[in-house]
Amino acid sequence: MSLIRIRVRVNGEEHEREVEPRLLLSDFLRHDLGLTGTHVGCEHGVCGACTMLVDGDPIRSCLLFAVQADGRELATVEGLAEDGDLHPVQRAFQEAHGLQCGFCTPGILMTVVAFLREQPTPTPDQIRDVVSGHLCRCTGYQNILEAVRLAAEQAAS
Amino acid sequence: MSARWFGAPVPRNEDPRLLAGQALFVDDVQLPGLLHAAFVRSDLAHARIRSLDLSAVRAHPGVVGAYSAEDLGDLCIAGPVLVPPPPIERLEFHARTPLPLARDRVRHVGEAIAVIVAESRYIAEDAAEAVELELEPLEPAVELEGALAPDAPLVHEDLTSNLAAHVIQEKGDYHTAREGADRVIRRRFRYDRGVSGALENRGIVAWWDPHDGRLSVWDTTQAPIPVRNALAATFGLSESQVRVIAPFIGGGFGPKIMFYGEEIILPWISLRLGRPVKWIEDRYESFFATTQEREQIHDAELAVAADGTILGVYDDFLHDTGAYDPYGLTVPINSQCTLLGPYRVPNYYSEFKVVFTNKPIVTPVRGAGRQHGVFVMERLLDAAAQELGIDRVEIRRRNYLDPDEFPHDHEILYQDSAHLTYDSGNYAPALERAATLIDYEAFPAEQRKAREDGRYVGLGIVSYVEGTGIGPYEGARVTVEPSGTVCVATGVGTQGQGHFTVFAQVVADQLGVDPAHVRVVTGDTMEFHWGTGTFASRGAVVAGNACHAAAQAVREKIFTLASHLLEVSEDDLELADGRVAVKGAPDHGFDLADLAARANPLRGAVRPGTEPGLEATSYFGPDRGSTASGVHALILEVDPETALVKILRYVVVHDCGVVINPTIVEGQIHGGVALGIGNAFYEQLHFDESGQLSNASFMDYLLPTASEIPPIQTEHIETPSPLNPLGVKGVGEAGAIPVAAAFAQAVENALAPLGIEVLEIPLSPQRLFDLLERVGVESRELGGLGGPGRAGDPAKAAEDAP
Repeated sequence: MSLIRIRVRVNGEEHEREVEPRLLLSDFLRHDLGLTGTHVGCEHGVCGACTMLVDGDPIRSCLLFAVQADGRELATVEGLAEDGDLHPVQRAFQEAHGLQCGFCTPGILMTVVAFLREQPTPTPDQIRDVVSGHLCRCTGYQNILEAVRLAAEQAAS
Repeated sequence: MSARWFGAPVPRNEDPRLLAGQALFVDDVQLPGLLHAAFVRSDLAHARIRSLDLSAVRAHPGVVGAYSAEDLGDLCIAGPVLVPPPPIERLEFHARTPLPLARDRVRHVGEAIAVIVAESRYIAEDAAEAVELELEPLEPAVELEGALAPDAPLVHEDLTSNLAAHVIQEKGDYHTAREGADRVIRRRFRYDRGVSGALENRGIVAWWDPHDGRLSVWDTTQAPIPVRNALAATFGLSESQVRVIAPFIGGGFGPKIMFYGEEIILPWISLRLGRPVKWIEDRYESFFATTQEREQIHDAELAVAADGTILGVYDDFLHDTGAYDPYGLTVPINSQCTLLGPYRVPNYYSEFKVVFTNKPIVTPVRGAGRQHGVFVMERLLDAAAQELGIDRVEIRRRNYLDPDEFPHDHEILYQDSAHLTYDSGNYAPALERAATLIDYEAFPAEQRKAREDGRYVGLGIVSYVEGTGIGPYEGARVTVEPSGTVCVATGVGTQGQGHFTVFAQVVADQLGVDPAHVRVVTGDTMEFHWGTGTFASRGAVVAGNACHAAAQAVREKIFTLASHLLEVSEDDLELADGRVAVKGAPDHGFDLADLAARANPLRGAVRPGTEPGLEATSYFGPDRGSTASGVHALILEVDPETALVKILRYVVVHDCGVVINPTIVEGQIHGGVALGIGNAFYEQLHFDESGQLSNASFMDYLLPTASEIPPIQTEHIETPSPLNPLGVKGVGEAGAIPVAAAFAQAVENALAPLGIEVLEIPLSPQRLFDLLERVGVESRELGGLGGPGRAGDPAKAAEDAP
């Protein structure tokens, strides 16, 4: 199969690779770049575990091909912490016990980081609405909602 | 010694790694020369394998190997029954376990037939698609009752029927009790199938390193040590040559306790090819290849006195085990035992038949059959309350075992082969508290008012018990390193339960350190290689007490050594903040780091009778499980237009003995309730008459989202277990167990004017619509049924029913 050269910036770092056109973006990140923090839960765009940011917008990386990301700015969970310090949203998830097995968590974090950027003072309904785009089997969501609320509150103060 | 950390809402030690995307899951394992496997699976539920030709795909560019049952040779034998049935008299059990790869016949959709190994997963899947496989369809046995009909197709042709097991357990004399009853309630209940739905699918990476003479296997298992033992036996290796690592696991919920054919095949491939190989199940595959649960049909009776006193219970049920029964009878025995609940049941007759069908295999999923028992008992009590005109809370209270009736022997055998004996319990306070929190007394007025507004709200309140923390044992090794770090290693795997934190808390109190400085390792057989696994809500109970015992032993070593070095009596020493010192003279002592270094001298001798280092290994094995309990209450609203149900409030008052970490316990409850809500209303596997699953994706199989799960209010009641030093009971499965029963009661209560009965779970909007049609009411008419005077009174409601 012919290979296509792509260039992406991931978490601020430039990467250039030759990939098959059919390679999923999620597999490209995980296998070609070794960024395994992005998880794959369903490969049909429902669970949201593979969510990452493309030019700042949350997308499901299992529904994009790597070639579609050519020239884009990507952000994954590995890029949230700075100099070993967790991002405020990550800290809020720990504080509110918003994760258990942690498999769905990276995708949720990426969605929430983008969401709070757009909507720094969300209502409970808005929070529930945005989290409802993700599946989590461990937490029952209650503490995830609380973590998002807490992150917004802490950012505001 | 003060319990500074035990019982505190300590933040989780494991979170930073998980949040940063740095935690290792099986699919994250990368090795040089890693190969990838994909399986060829049956797309028919029942078929003869007429021909299988792998020669063409073996020539496919990038394919390194393609293997069938024939290639596996002597390894292609049926696996063991993982949990042999308890020694119940007259028990009949036909063990039929799957082959790693099917040889002549396939018995459910998704049964593995061949495996392709290639340089990439993409190539492996291409090749798997291209395999030449001819299946001759056979008539399948799909429906549970139908599979026992005399003319049903046989799932296993060497048996004379599809009966997999037949078990009767009895206590007292139900039939005599029935004769003396004022009322006998008889109903048929059905509970359908669902999946565990862990967000991480199963996966295995196997690597035979010939230079090291070691087989390393990363596996999404809940039981790494039994897997290690099985692999060593299978391949004729020493157990010390096999390392099984269950790293971070993305949810277990039961099916990952199973030992699957893939766990033999992947190591076999690596041994054969001398290269590491990875297989990650995809979501579609998981709907067939990972075990499932829950299909049962119960014909049950409750014999009661006029005042609601339970005189006896009769239950005769069918349990669908799918195409094989590798996990023995754990699930139906849990149903049989848990049915008794927190109640005094003097006479009990319970009979079940386990049935083979051409559907995926059934093994425990969170709750593991306990739901069914609770559903049957609670629904019978609801019907009795209704018929006798007794309040539903009152009928439960009247039948609770009293606190002075423990230990209480139910005289039947539980899944661990021990007598079903409750260790301790105090049920009434949980019921009172839950009733208060849900405003039980005020609800009828609220309900009446809602009905005046054309809204249908209902309340449900039910009880449950859960047998938790069964043996045989777990172990732990606690080490104070010369750096001062305290390390804990235990054999159980972890799937999100917070073991890295609760075990650290248990140890921290003994050693006077901060739990954040306790490093916990779980699920790596190189670190600790005795134990059984994470199941039956037992991690905190069994492994937790082993950690406690090992930490106590290290504490003793600390005092012994410090007393020797400081030349003071142990009674004059105290241990706190990482330092052992003379009481009142904190400068006169050692930091643990320093003491650990002195305990492991580079010169000089370790005196006879002593051991180097500040380290100890201990084990804990309870005689039997400890019984947790609780009450769930909820208020929901039925939308008359859509038959959708929205849960407005949810209250859990539970008793899992002494709580190690309330935050983590509440998280376990939340998740369990959410799973229970899914099981109650959203999740159902739809098999057609040919055994095909028509909703094998997350688009069609509906896991609840944040929109469906209400706020859950949780309170703890602590009745210590006398069966372990920490007094703890398990809580992992509890949240999921009584939800369907509470949900059904609340829906009935909301629709009381119609007199419908909810006897089947899951109750989807469609089923609710069908139920309404059955009583002659179309959902659109519901809106007109409200009005004063019709609400709240069940007896009146029954009269009013069309």
